[in-house]
Amino acid sequence: MIALFYIAAIIAVIATVAVILQTNIVHGLLYLILSLLAVAVIFYVLGAPFAAVLEAIVYAGAIMVLFLFVIMMLNLGQHTRDQERKWLTPRGWIAPSIMSAILLGQLVNVMRQIDYDIVPAQVGVMEVSALLFGPYVLAVELASILLLAGLVAAYHLAKTK
Amino acid sequence: MSLEIGSPLTIGLILLVVIGTAAMLITVERRLLGFWQERLGPNRVGWFGSLQVVADMIKIFTKEDWIPPFADKFSFVIAPGIIMSAVLLSFAVIPFAPDIGVIDSNIGVLFVLAMASLGAYSVMLGGLSSDNKYALLGSLRAAAQMVSYEVFMGISLLGVVALTGSFNMREIVEAQTDGWYIIPQFIGFVIFLIAGVAESHRLPFDIPEAEQEICAGYHTEYSGMKFGMFFVAEYIGLVLISSLITVLFFGGWLGPSFLPPIIWFFVKASAFIGFFILMRAAVPRPRYDQLMSYGWLFLLPLSLVNLLVTGVIILSTQ
Amino acid sequence: MIKLIVDTLLSQIRTLWLVFIKLFQKKDTVEYPDQQPYMFPRWRGRIILSRDPDGEERCVACNLCAVACPVDCIALQKGEMEDGRWYPEFFRINFSRCIMCGFCEEACPTNAIQLTPDFEMAEYVRQDMVWEKEDLLIEGTGKYHDYNFYRVAGKKIEGKDKGEALNEAPPVDVRSLLP
Ligand code: SF4
Ligand code: SF4
Repeated sequence: MIALFYIAAIIAVIATVAVILQTNIVHGLLYLILSLLAVAVIFYVLGAPFAAVLEAIVYAGAIMVLFLFVIMMLNLGQHTRDQERKWLTPRGWIAPSIMSAILLGQLVNVMRQIDYDIVPAQVGVMEVSALLFGPYVLAVELASILLLAGLVAAYHLAKTK
Repeated sequence: MSLEIGSPLTIGLILLVVIGTAAMLITVERRLLGFWQERLGPNRVGWFGSLQVVADMIKIFTKEDWIPPFADKFSFVIAPGIIMSAVLLSFAVIPFAPDIGVIDSNIGVLFVLAMASLGAYSVMLGGLSSDNKYALLGSLRAAAQMVSYEVFMGISLLGVVALTGSFNMREIVEAQTDGWYIIPQFIGFVIFLIAGVAESHRLPFDIPEAEQEICAGYHTEYSGMKFGMFFVAEYIGLVLISSLITVLFFGGWLGPSFLPPIIWFFVKASAFIGFFILMRAAVPRPRYDQLMSYGWLFLLPLSLVNLLVTGVIILSTQ
Repeated sequence: MIKLIVDTLLSQIRTLWLVFIKLFQKKDTVEYPDQQPYMFPRWRGRIILSRDPDGEERCVACNLCAVACPVDCIALQKGEMEDGRWYPEFFRINFSRCIMCGFCEEACPTNAIQLTPDFEMAEYVRQDMVWEKEDLLIEGTGKYHDYNFYRVAGKKIEGKDKGEALNEAPPVDVRSLLP
């Protein structure tokens, strides 16, 4: 299981870096999906199968499909690829990557100090649901109202007279 | 090595049987469609056309495997692989018999839904990378259709899940010992049936590949074994949907004990495969906007009401 | 609304049932190579050149068929025998072009060219679809048994002078004024 965790983690990191470096936007999206699936595997290994499957269904399965759907309509070609390449000059990426490296260092430093167990107890569907509709019911309801408002708004925008 | 859940022998056998069934279905479907159209269908190769599948295989393996120069090669090549692996992976959680299966997972139903949603990528990438107008139209249609019908498919299943109290397919089957879920969950069954046909985009919902309108839709540019993978994956998807209906609504391997459980499973699943082929022969294809409004304005409220009523009944009888 | 839903559902189920029972009904397929279909005598298939009842070639190389042919697939060359009869030196039909329209048969004044109910003419080499006179000419009269062009036509050949044909009046001497 630990080996699976490390493999998935390495895949996730590589795929995420590839998302940033890719100039072809469709390939970039594919790497993003791969990274999400790798994160789902990590969830599974860490004992949260429900979160893992939801990650696969909702993020990789639905949201990314919509991204791809939009890209299909945009008719991107060579010129966007050239533009992407222009943006990837050292002047553009050096400062952010130095700052990210500092953040990474801090994260590693913090994680070295805490004592953690890499395979905690399994969190099943029942536990998650009990939490969602118990202590966190207000948050769930607020989120659903927000989504409902978005749905109604989208319906009105898309409706033609 | 023995036949138990998850042993390599079992996994190999299941793969073999599933792919074999899907390959045989190519012939069986053509024969059945022939009968239903007052024809005979292919009956020349082998005994009553039983070796037609071998002939088809030889043809498809030896065909030129052509990648159009204007296509995006990376996506073009991996697209058929995605759908093939997604549908085959879904079989991992199907319980074929009490001791035959690949894994006994607590998230079985969700896993199948996840794989179904990943299958949508194959169709979309195939159409997008082909750089062909028909293919693009096909994959646009496929994306909208599959994302929409996934929703109803998920919600229609929740009634069954609520009755059992588990996402585990084996527990779902065992909970049906006293009565199949087709009776309390009839509406859920109908919605799942329709959504299942739409998910595996077969007629009457084969709008992404409607031959008469957009050539072959997303696989217009495919040939040779890459096309063959799309083709076989469609049949594996058909087998998958039939197995799911059997497991979720018709008691899986349960049945009178004069036949072994695995046979009961096959009998039920085959009946549904036959039913899907009959649908293809009999029901015409709806228009694209009809499909979408039918889904969102009719199936979605119906499945929500079904789930609500189921929940109320469960709570009031507890 | 409810009525619409129920009606739609019932009609779909009825459709499914009606298609399903076709499984047990008689099929329309004719299993062709094993089971030969009946071909009507007037079917327009492979073209032949026939002979008259006396066994001579009917074709008089008048070229009417070649003119009538909409795809120009007939080619022939006129020749003349010692007795005055005309005949085609070669007669060639390119069957990979022929559309079996039957216009040549309509045009022919001697009933020489005729279409037959044979349609099994597939070849692997395109050149084999070009048929010569030897391939086309048959030892019979085809569909019209008693017709003999030279017996009814006014053309003079050896053994049959002007005016001796069937139903033909003797030739009029235009230089004589006597009745
Ligand atoms: S059947 Fe028609 S096309 Fe054929 S040779 Fe005769 S005239 Fe020409
Ligand atoms: S086949 Fe008939 S129409 Fe053709 S050249 Fe001979 S006589 Fe004339």
